[in-house]
Amino acid sequence: MAVLSFVEIADGKIKKASVEAAYYGSKVAESLGTDSIALVIGEAPADLLATLGQVGVKKVVQANNARFNSFDSKLYTKIVAQAAAESGATVVVLSFNNNGKLLAPRLSVKLKAGYVPGAVELPVFNGNTAVVKKNVFSGKASAEYQVATDVKVISVNPNSLPPIKGTASAEVVQITPTVADTDFTTVVKGVDKITGTIPLTEAELVVSAGRGLKGPENWGMIEELARDMGAATACSRAVADVDWRPHHEHVGQTGLTIRPNLYIAVGISGAIQHLAGVNGSKVIVVINTDPEAPFFKAADYGIVGDAFQVVPKLIEEYMKFKNAH
Amino acid sequence: MKILVPISKVPDTTSKIAFIENNTKFNPDGVTFIMNPTDEWYALVRAIELKEKQGGEVVVIHVGGAETEQIIRKALAIGADKAVRVDADPTDAYFVATQIANHAKTENYDLIITGKETIDYNSFEIGGMVAELLDIPAVALVSKLEVENGVATLKREIEGGTETVEVKLPLLVGAEKDLAVARIPNMKGIMSARTKPLTVVAAAGTDKLTTVVNYALPEKAKQCKYVSPDNVGELVRLLHEEAKVI
Repeated sequence: MAVLSFVEIADGKIKKASVEAAYYGSKVAESLGTDSIALVIGEAPADLLATLGQVGVKKVVQANNARFNSFDSKLYTKIVAQAAAESGATVVVLSFNNNGKLLAPRLSVKLKAGYVPGAVELPVFNGNTAVVKKNVFSGKASAEYQVATDVKVISVNPNSLPPIKGTASAEVVQITPTVADTDFTTVVKGVDKITGTIPLTEAELVVSAGRGLKGPENWGMIEELARDMGAATACSRAVADVDWRPHHEHVGQTGLTIRPNLYIAVGISGAIQHLAGVNGSKVIVVINTDPEAPFFKAADYGIVGDAFQVVPKLIEEYMKFKNAH
Repeated sequence: MKILVPISKVPDTTSKIAFIENNTKFNPDGVTFIMNPTDEWYALVRAIELKEKQGGEVVVIHVGGAETEQIIRKALAIGADKAVRVDADPTDAYFVATQIANHAKTENYDLIITGKETIDYNSFEIGGMVAELLDIPAVALVSKLEVENGVATLKREIEGGTETVEVKLPLLVGAEKDLAVARIPNMKGIMSARTKPLTVVAAAGTDKLTTVVNYALPEKAKQCKYVSPDNVGELVRLLHEEAKVI
């Protein structure tokens, strides 16, 4: 028996979402009294992988082959399924991130395993049955999925269970999965990364703004606040649609769904479609001139006031705080 | 090119969410149901655009009861050529995916395009499951899709950017914003939708892998704590000392 977590490497680092998945896997292993094993597909330095020991991983199995470096959902499904069978995994944990969202349901079919997409809490076991909570209806409700299959697949919503790190080091073992040439289906032709900014879906702090800023030329203070705080910038659909801001910043029902620790919304009214993308945030701060803006109902902290006065003050106060801490 | 578009029925975004039968079922009373937005706006419209350019056929498939026919007719009005409804209650994702895959196995589709996720369960389970059941490649969160000589070129979302990939057909695609621009059915479309073929088939098998045992609403609405715009320092203090997020 074991719990197997799927871990991804990007830009020479373990993806933040994957560290969370590995930590979640370790917590599940702990509750089942079994070992936490992580799987890495493709090349990565062993000393980097050994750091997964800090989140409770006992052993890292690595399919260390350059041919496996880029994500291919068909190929990866086969490799993860083999690793799961070899390690006798009863639970397979992935992140509910871009790749995990596709890989996990494929694995569910391959392993005939019940799948819980986007878990927000650890599973509760009763014998062979697990009950796992996830958010539904764009965060307006939650649902408990019951899974009774022998193997279970769980993908973890980013920022749901912040890892507590220790100092242990994981053993790293190489594996050689059996694959055929026909398993390689996806050829990467190019990558277009937005450099110099924090990926929105991985950011712990997000500063977001909307129509209330009146024009794209006014985003300087939003970017400054984000830079000072080490936050990512986001925006509402309305301003992405008129090209005040790039589309990849758009959060909401038809854009990105994010769950940062802190979401600061400036000049965004908070229509239900926008809330659907951000209401998983731990703390929401709303700054708006309109006291009737619906966003205040979803906020933890609110300032009714003019963004052009409040945001510069916030930058000033934040810098005072930062210099003092 | 033969393209299959699975469509899902979801409560309209503004619906009031409530549960019945001891919190084990969604309460459909007074709820307006719509076609899942990413299925309609991006998956279906891109399928129709590809057909218009290269010829072929667009088929929509839906797993659900007769009451969903209005949604299927809307897909036909937007421009799908025919529709299949699997007459069954969509109990879990694996069950639904099995029904779609069973149909797809008999028809040899070049492309299957789904939405990126439904707005009720927010999962994107069906796409991946169907691809694995058919043992075909799949790419999710796709914002650009072109097909030439049996090869698809796609742009997909990765953390902090996008990646361009090439995949041979047959292929399953999970459609994301920007893949197409939503279309509103015109009068001609609405008229012709009435006579386009809609085949109803029985479900095959009852296998499912998960059960929702309990739904819950958030315990209580948040209580917003207001800070004066003249005392912004107080907000920073609260975020540090009370909320502990900075």
